[in-house]
Amino acid sequence: MLIRRPADIRPSEITPEAVFRSRRRLLAAAGYAGAGLLLGAGAGAAGIPAGHQRLTGVKESPLSSRETPNSFEDITHYNNFYEFGPGKSDPAEQSAGFRPRPWTVTVDGEAGVTGRFTLEDILKPHPLEERIYRFRCVEAWSMVIPWVGFPLGDLLRRFKPTSRAKYVAFETIVRPQEMPGQRSHVLDWPYVEGLTMAEAMHPLAILAVGIYGVELPNQNGAPLRLVTPWKYGFKSIKSIVRISFTVQQPHTTWSAAAPEEYGFYANVNPRVDHPRWSQATERRIGSRFFSPKQPTLPFNGYAAQVASLYTGLDLVRNF
Amino acid sequence: MPTLRQIRLCWKPLAFTAALLPLLGLLAGAAGFGGARLGPNPVETIQDTSGLWALRLLLVTLCVTPLRWATGQAWPLQFRRMLGLFAFAYAALHFANYLLLDRALDAGEITGDLTRRPYIIIGFVALLLLAALAATSTAGWRRRLGQRWQALHQAIYPAGLLACWHFWWQVKKDHTAPLWYCVILLALLGLRAWRARWQPPPG
Repeated sequence: MLIRRPADIRPSEITPEAVFRSRRRLLAAAGYAGAGLLLGAGAGAAGIPAGHQRLTGVKESPLSSRETPNSFEDITHYNNFYEFGPGKSDPAEQSAGFRPRPWTVTVDGEAGVTGRFTLEDILKPHPLEERIYRFRCVEAWSMVIPWVGFPLGDLLRRFKPTSRAKYVAFETIVRPQEMPGQRSHVLDWPYVEGLTMAEAMHPLAILAVGIYGVELPNQNGAPLRLVTPWKYGFKSIKSIVRISFTVQQPHTTWSAAAPEEYGFYANVNPRVDHPRWSQATERRIGSRFFSPKQPTLPFNGYAAQVASLYTGLDLVRNF
Repeated sequence: MPTLRQIRLCWKPLAFTAALLPLLGLLAGAAGFGGARLGPNPVETIQDTSGLWALRLLLVTLCVTPLRWATGQAWPLQFRRMLGLFAFAYAALHFANYLLLDRALDAGEITGDLTRRPYIIIGFVALLLLAALAATSTAGWRRRLGQRWQALHQAIYPAGLLACWHFWWQVKKDHTAPLWYCVILLALLGLRAWRARWQPPPG
């Protein structure tokens, strides 16, 4: 007897293009009516393709922006992730072979608790929150992204940093077989970043494990990435495998590559131009064709929360 | 060897259509024809595509003379003006997109760029050179300028160098692509220098 396996998707289940396009228009028109709509409505409703693992128990956060997030498509197809190539579409096109599980994170340096931890160990005690943040790239474009994650400080406290710990350093995985960009020497691998302890403990700094209520796609830094919304995007290091508590200010990849163009702090600052282009304005990705660039805000609009971290610091010299 | 009639009726229209394809691609993407898209940052897509094709067509224009030397025939010259005008047209689109869509005609921002941003300044100078060449590309101007026409139109060499430099300078980190364009340009200019030095012009 011939038993046929059912096809994965029956023709009757496929939504005609006209229908899903009209749904998208409806969603755009309705705006982003609170995280609840999205988190409750299921992945399909936000235009999220099938195959993305949903995250459960995600709570809203009062720290979220009220701005309309960019589409899932924009957030996942316009990325700087040089490990997968230098072009904006490279990460989406070249990251399918990356395997973010199993995953471990090494914690070392000036802390009471150090060692190698599985991703599950890292995540277990932390309730997930949705944080809708503005994201400003140093290249003068921006998005609004509904991250899912938890406060970085909550994790760091578990390792009991000593009083000698002044900085936290982060390192991205090196896997040239899975990350084609790492086969070229366009940057010095591994990608490294760092924060002062005060910055790392700030409630706005999060480790993200998802966007739009689903697990982080590979091109967005799966399975664990930093998000510091008041800093240029390159600070928000992706696919983290090492967290080190240090006495000295750690090296960071972009400031090593071009020290006159990218600093350690990299706070969003419309008054300090990049040597080659202006930082006064930014292009919001996904805005309409004829919409002009919008003004960039100090600390990307988070000045009220974070400016006190930098009292007495010359932000022009420490760019 | 193609006859003049074949060039006019067949090869030139074909080359014209081919040179138009990048523009048609952008228009299709902007209108959403056949599922074409310009990506999440359409203004940047138009900026990069038009700039890249301006430079590519400038290099193709510079291939005409070496091709004439290589073949010993005059027919490549039939394409030179058209290719050069296309290079200028894409450069003009590149600049228009910057003015209209990227800067939304903000006079303050544009003036700031044209006085403070070196890579924009050199790109603008290259555009002015190409504009001068496009304006004097007609048979009438060629006749009026006589000997000086040839000298003036050698301004495509500095325009090419400035365009490559402009490309090089705006890249954030990976210079592979601009490097290739620079190598090709320098090879095309080197051929001319070599020939001027070692081979006296015929006649």
